[in-house]
Amino acid sequence: MIHSLFLINASGDIFLEKHWKSVVSRSVCDYFFEALERATEPENVPPVIPTPHHFLINVLRHRIYFVAVIQSEVPPLFVIEFLHRVVDTFQDYFGVCTEAAIKDNVVVVYELLEEMLDNGFPLATESNILKELIKPPTILRTVVNTITGSTNVGEQLPTGQLSVVPWRRTGVKYTNNEAYFDVVEEIDAIIDKSGSTITAEIQGVVDACVKLTGMPDLTLSFMNPRLLDDVSFHPCVRFKRWEAERILSFIPPDGNFRLLSYHVSSQNLVAIPVYVKHNISFREGSSQGRFELTLGPKQTMGKAVESVLVSSQLPRGVLNANLNPSQGTYTFDPVTKLLSWDVGKINPQKLPSLKGSMSLQTGASKPDENPTINIQFKIQQLAISGLKVNRLDMYGEKYKPFKGIKYMTKAGKFQVRT
Amino acid sequence: MLGMSANSVSYNEQGSVESGVDAAQENSSIPASISSGGAASSLFSADYKKNEDLKEMLESNKESLKLEAMKRIVGLIAKGKNASELFPAVVKNVASKNIELKKLVYVYLVRYAEEQQDLALLSISTFQRALKDPNQLIRASALRVLSSIRVPIIVPIMMLAIKEAATDLSPYVRKTAAHAIQKLFSLDPDQKEHLIEVIEKLLKDKSTLVAGSVVMAFEEVCPDRIDLIHKNYRKLCNLLVDVEEWGQVVIIHMLTRYARTQFVSPWREDAVFDENSEKAFYDSEEERRVDQSKPYIMDPDHRLLLRNTKPLLQSRNTAVVMAVSQLYWHLSPKHELSIITKSLVRLLRSHREVQYIVLQNIATMSIQRKGMFEPFMKSFYVRSTDATHIKTLKLEILTNLANEANISTILREFQTYVKSQDKAFAAATIQAIGCCATNISEVTDTCLNGLVLLLSNRDETVVAESVVVIKKLLQTQPSQHSDIIKHMAKLFDNITVPMARASILWLMGEYCEHVPKIAPDVLRKMAKTFTDEEDIVKLQIVNLAAKLYLTNSKQTKLLTQYILNLGKYDQNYDIRDRTRFIRQLIVPNEKSGALSKYARRILMAPKPAPVLQSAFKDRDRFQLGTLSHTLNSQASGYLELSDWPAVAPDQSVRNVEVKEAGAPALSKSKPAKSNEKFYSDSEEEEGEEEEGSNSEDSSSSSSEESVRESESEENSNDSNKSSSSQSEKSSSESDSEKKKKTLKNKKLQQQKPDSKDRKQKNGNAVKVESRSESESGSESSSSESSSESRSELDSDSDSGTDQKKNTKPKPVQSKPVIKQVEKKEVSLLDLDDFSPAPVTTPKSSILSPNLLSDLQGLLISPTASALQASSPVFVPETSHELLHRMTGKGLSAQYRFTRQPCIYGNSMVSLQLTLSNRTDQALENIHISEKSSTGQNIHRFNAIERLEPQASVTVSMGVDFNDSTQTANFQLCTKEDEFSVSIQPAVGELLLPITMSEADFTKEQGKLVGMNESSATITITPENVSSQSVNRKVVSVANLGVIPSGQENIYRFAGKTVSSGSLVLVSVALKDPDAMITINTEKTVMGSMLLRQVKTALTNSGP
Repeated sequence: MIHSLFLINASGDIFLEKHWKSVVSRSVCDYFFEALERATEPENVPPVIPTPHHFLINVLRHRIYFVAVIQSEVPPLFVIEFLHRVVDTFQDYFGVCTEAAIKDNVVVVYELLEEMLDNGFPLATESNILKELIKPPTILRTVVNTITGSTNVGEQLPTGQLSVVPWRRTGVKYTNNEAYFDVVEEIDAIIDKSGSTITAEIQGVVDACVKLTGMPDLTLSFMNPRLLDDVSFHPCVRFKRWEAERILSFIPPDGNFRLLSYHVSSQNLVAIPVYVKHNISFREGSSQGRFELTLGPKQTMGKAVESVLVSSQLPRGVLNANLNPSQGTYTFDPVTKLLSWDVGKINPQKLPSLKGSMSLQTGASKPDENPTINIQFKIQQLAISGLKVNRLDMYGEKYKPFKGIKYMTKAGKFQVRT
Repeated sequence: MLGMSANSVSYNEQGSVESGVDAAQENSSIPASISSGGAASSLFSADYKKNEDLKEMLESNKESLKLEAMKRIVGLIAKGKNASELFPAVVKNVASKNIELKKLVYVYLVRYAEEQQDLALLSISTFQRALKDPNQLIRASALRVLSSIRVPIIVPIMMLAIKEAATDLSPYVRKTAAHAIQKLFSLDPDQKEHLIEVIEKLLKDKSTLVAGSVVMAFEEVCPDRIDLIHKNYRKLCNLLVDVEEWGQVVIIHMLTRYARTQFVSPWREDAVFDENSEKAFYDSEEERRVDQSKPYIMDPDHRLLLRNTKPLLQSRNTAVVMAVSQLYWHLSPKHELSIITKSLVRLLRSHREVQYIVLQNIATMSIQRKGMFEPFMKSFYVRSTDATHIKTLKLEILTNLANEANISTILREFQTYVKSQDKAFAAATIQAIGCCATNISEVTDTCLNGLVLLLSNRDETVVAESVVVIKKLLQTQPSQHSDIIKHMAKLFDNITVPMARASILWLMGEYCEHVPKIAPDVLRKMAKTFTDEEDIVKLQIVNLAAKLYLTNSKQTKLLTQYILNLGKYDQNYDIRDRTRFIRQLIVPNEKSGALSKYARRILMAPKPAPVLQSAFKDRDRFQLGTLSHTLNSQASGYLELSDWPAVAPDQSVRNVEVKEAGAPALSKSKPAKSNEKFYSDSEEEEGEEEEGSNSEDSSSSSSEESVRESESEENSNDSNKSSSSQSEKSSSESDSEKKKKTLKNKKLQQQKPDSKDRKQKNGNAVKVESRSESESGSESSSSESSSESRSELDSDSDSGTDQKKNTKPKPVQSKPVIKQVEKKEVSLLDLDDFSPAPVTTPKSSILSPNLLSDLQGLLISPTASALQASSPVFVPETSHELLHRMTGKGLSAQYRFTRQPCIYGNSMVSLQLTLSNRTDQALENIHISEKSSTGQNIHRFNAIERLEPQASVTVSMGVDFNDSTQTANFQLCTKEDEFSVSIQPAVGELLLPITMSEADFTKEQGKLVGMNESSATITITPENVSSQSVNRKVVSVANLGVIPSGQENIYRFAGKTVSSGSLVLVSVALKDPDAMITINTEKTVMGSMLLRQVKTALTNSGP
């Protein structure tokens, strides 16, 4: 399946290679570089690149290309999913997944890759199993290891590997038993010029941080499970129970994990929590353009809209922008033509606005398209779909855990066309 | 860097060949010569020095220094630098105690062994030793590395190791073995046949851990051996949910292919229906025949696959979701297909690369089935932040989804895209509009007008694309659009893109009769600018001129001649050629032949309109979700999806464990059982039964089997639900709930008669069932077996079925009488040297078990002179609980190992079962369910017709454990109920004692050394030192014969394994206070387990 893996940074250097079968020369990456050159943007590199003898499947994350070399037929998603899992694991181990972090921990990276694939086929990708095999590097452990000469490598087969609950290790102990759940919803929307919604859907996830002793068996029920249109579960969730009773019943992994992600489809009416008034115009013949933008809250159920960030890719003809924000700060990059405005919190009494003029290239005709505006925001303590957790129960252990549930709504791909 | 050091290696070799100088000397001289070579090599020498100090570090005594060195070496490997010259220094550390150091050495070995084959061989013995390590992780990693070293010389060793590991007790090691199969296959394809044998064995494995890996190996080594799958098909379907996610993907893809060869198409319903309506007037006989063929009934196995994969659509792993989607696409009836839509749309939220693949597949699907994705049309709206290839794919899908109802929405959306800053995307949108216009005739005019508006766009690419698309559109219906052509002519001066200009000119020429006034004028303009035009434009000018000459020669004759003259002297030979050709064709002169007569027909021939079609039109020739589909070209190793067979192949091949031995018994006992109970009212079954009775016994049992299978399927769904909720409540305290669940699932499938009973007895039965399951779960966890073998619980080997076929059906049904039994039971407890309960011995059999055993001993043993089967030295009285009376509704069962050769089969272990009735009612028809046992070959006791209250009966049975300690699971049935029970043998019970001389013992021991030997030193407790106690301890643990020993302090025991008859030799050498236990056997796994047990027995004090 996966023959080799090359890690390539933004400037096109191969800084790590690993082979699971016989060695593939790194010259195979030349085909990738060709594709990279052809692509205008880093994201535009096609994920699957055929070469005479191999196929290169790549993913781009944290400005690193993970290029897998494949020799024969394999479901491409299989490889892509695996590569993303590798990135997630690195992030889990090192906090960040950057070139520097990987180079600093090259031995751990190698040990991890060795465990994750055998002969190109995934062997152990479950984070808690890996952590028993190879302990994540911490400063304390490094110090202790140098003194005592002990290692980061486990000598026993992780208990999870053979168990039917591979995601949980045995013998977990905490003094404070706690289980936190975050319901995070993202709104993906396209709003047209006139302010009406073209498409809007909600993507939600329930992320959990469970630190419970022993083998707890949890059930989580919702007030309105009918809202959940389409769901995908962490393997720990018992699917039959969900089908029958719409209750999430599971033995949780230890630590942080994504319990569930769900989709509230575009057929349902989705509340749009902000509105945008805009007036962006270029006059024919003049080298000036007008730019006016006002944001306001709507349908927020009384909650404040925070961390608002507006960004827009202005037309190529725009040379500079001279704008005046009523609150927050704005920047305009004359090279990439990217305008971004950090608004902060929206005060319903005094709506934030950004007004001013843009200078255009003299002589050039007016740009015939208007830029789209991307908006990011956060609303605490609100799940915009109206989803509510009813109760969380624990069986199988005797202590009383501390339970907490948090709601949050964010903008996903929220675009306003002008 | 790489190249340079490679150079040095080859130089090195040359040197040693030429001069034969001592290698070390050579080594030292080379860097010197190179470093003097110039600036470029300074880098190399620095590198060389670094490696030198690494070598020193590796050779030091300090573990930490070695580790540090290895870490730096791994760093070098990671960067792609060559560190191969350190091989000798590194390979020395392969046996290091430090596990991290060892692992890094492994990493190094795997990377460079191929290049340094001779040196790599030095490490092999270390791995061979590690293969027998009691730690499964070490065994597994040894196998991983051993099989990753691509050195052809060790192929036999690898083969041996794989075979060993395939029977390992740890599923993790077996999984590694499955991976090793592929490695060995790629190293030496000649081993294929042997590897297939191992694959066949591993396919029977019941562990979820192994399933994915072995199917992967199957796909790689022998994807065409579909026959290996038959027997495992249902098991794989049922295990699928619990297999790890990567394995799921592989299994689903394999099962998709399998299903396409084994089941008939579920898609032909409509066709059959039509046929029927046509033939409605045919006479009755024919009609009936049609009726028989008409209703499409999905094969229950086909349904099983669809049902068991469906929950996986909810997986978090996108590859799994995609795999299930393609399975449904290729296998499910059309009306069930819609369930995959939502999940696929959900994947669109994932990473960019995932989106790309999913969109591609949706694009292919949406061509064939618009309806599937139409409700989700808005999910394919393009965002300005999407990558270009994502945008194009979304556009493709939107185009495919367009129909009369939604076209206006889509066109409005397209209008926004046309204005996009991404001009390539805008151009693609125009293409898409063109597609919509041709596909939906209602909007053709609207689209055309819209495109004409775009002609005045400021962007050239947009205009050019519009012209090209308009040209294509006009070709389909030119007559109505002369005004558009006029409009384009007007715009012509402003258009600069050559392709667009060429297109307009072509249009003018083609439809010059529709615009008779404008065309000559355009030609006039072009004559002026001819020399400045691009080549494609020039060609079209010549074309236009020729066409006008033919239609309107009065006005254009001179112009044409002028243009042809210009063309004659053009720099481009294509244009010169074309000009010459056109001139000969259209201008009549004496030289021109017959062709000019036809010039008009040649040039003005009606041209077929181009078909605007999706780039994904032909992609469906590839299986969805594959690399080949993504690339739209066949990748190597792509396995073609076959067409549905017209007639379904024999479906009974998938029936597992059809025992011919059981068949007659079944038919005989049938009258005894009440018919309604087992074969409920369904007509189908009766039909099947009749059919079966006509044919041979074996086929009757198999057809019945399949019927039961199908019926239980209907039932199992709801029974599953109710019982699972039951057990979840009751067992939430237990820690291994999940395990029980899988156990239960399995049992549910086995308990088919029960689920039928349920119809009558309803909830009651279910309750008991779930109780019994929780019981068996706790039983298993409390049993003394180690954690590895515990996980084996659900798995039992299938092998031995072949042997079973040879065993004769039971001669006569004996009917044990209770009174007799009670007497026997009393005596049973007193006897040490006990023979199987005579009650159950078939009366017709003349052979007494002991006599039989003697005969067997003579027959089996390969070295008959030396080895003689002996009677057991010691038979333990302890019996184990098989079924508790609480679980068994008053029926309790205990079993013990009689340690006698089994009378039912050479490879069976003989067991004695004591059944007691603790209720106050008589229990009837106690028997072992015929089809229940999943793996082992079991010889059942004859059904006990009646067991009085408080009475007991002792019966004997035989189980072929196939030399493994995997549990035997079977169903103990009474008239009303069925209980799942399992027997877990201790390794010592899988042996039969033999006697031999001391000399023979040592001789045999000498043959079984190396990998076959395992030994341990223990400190023996003082009370165990006496010869008596050692003997007693050992024989109580294992069924071994004592060999008379000439030496004081050495005790020897010998036995052979029941199934394969391999020798097992145990010797205990006392060296006060230590004792050395040595076990020699081919069955290394058994050996190490036995060693462990003997060790504990000898270290424990007590009697």
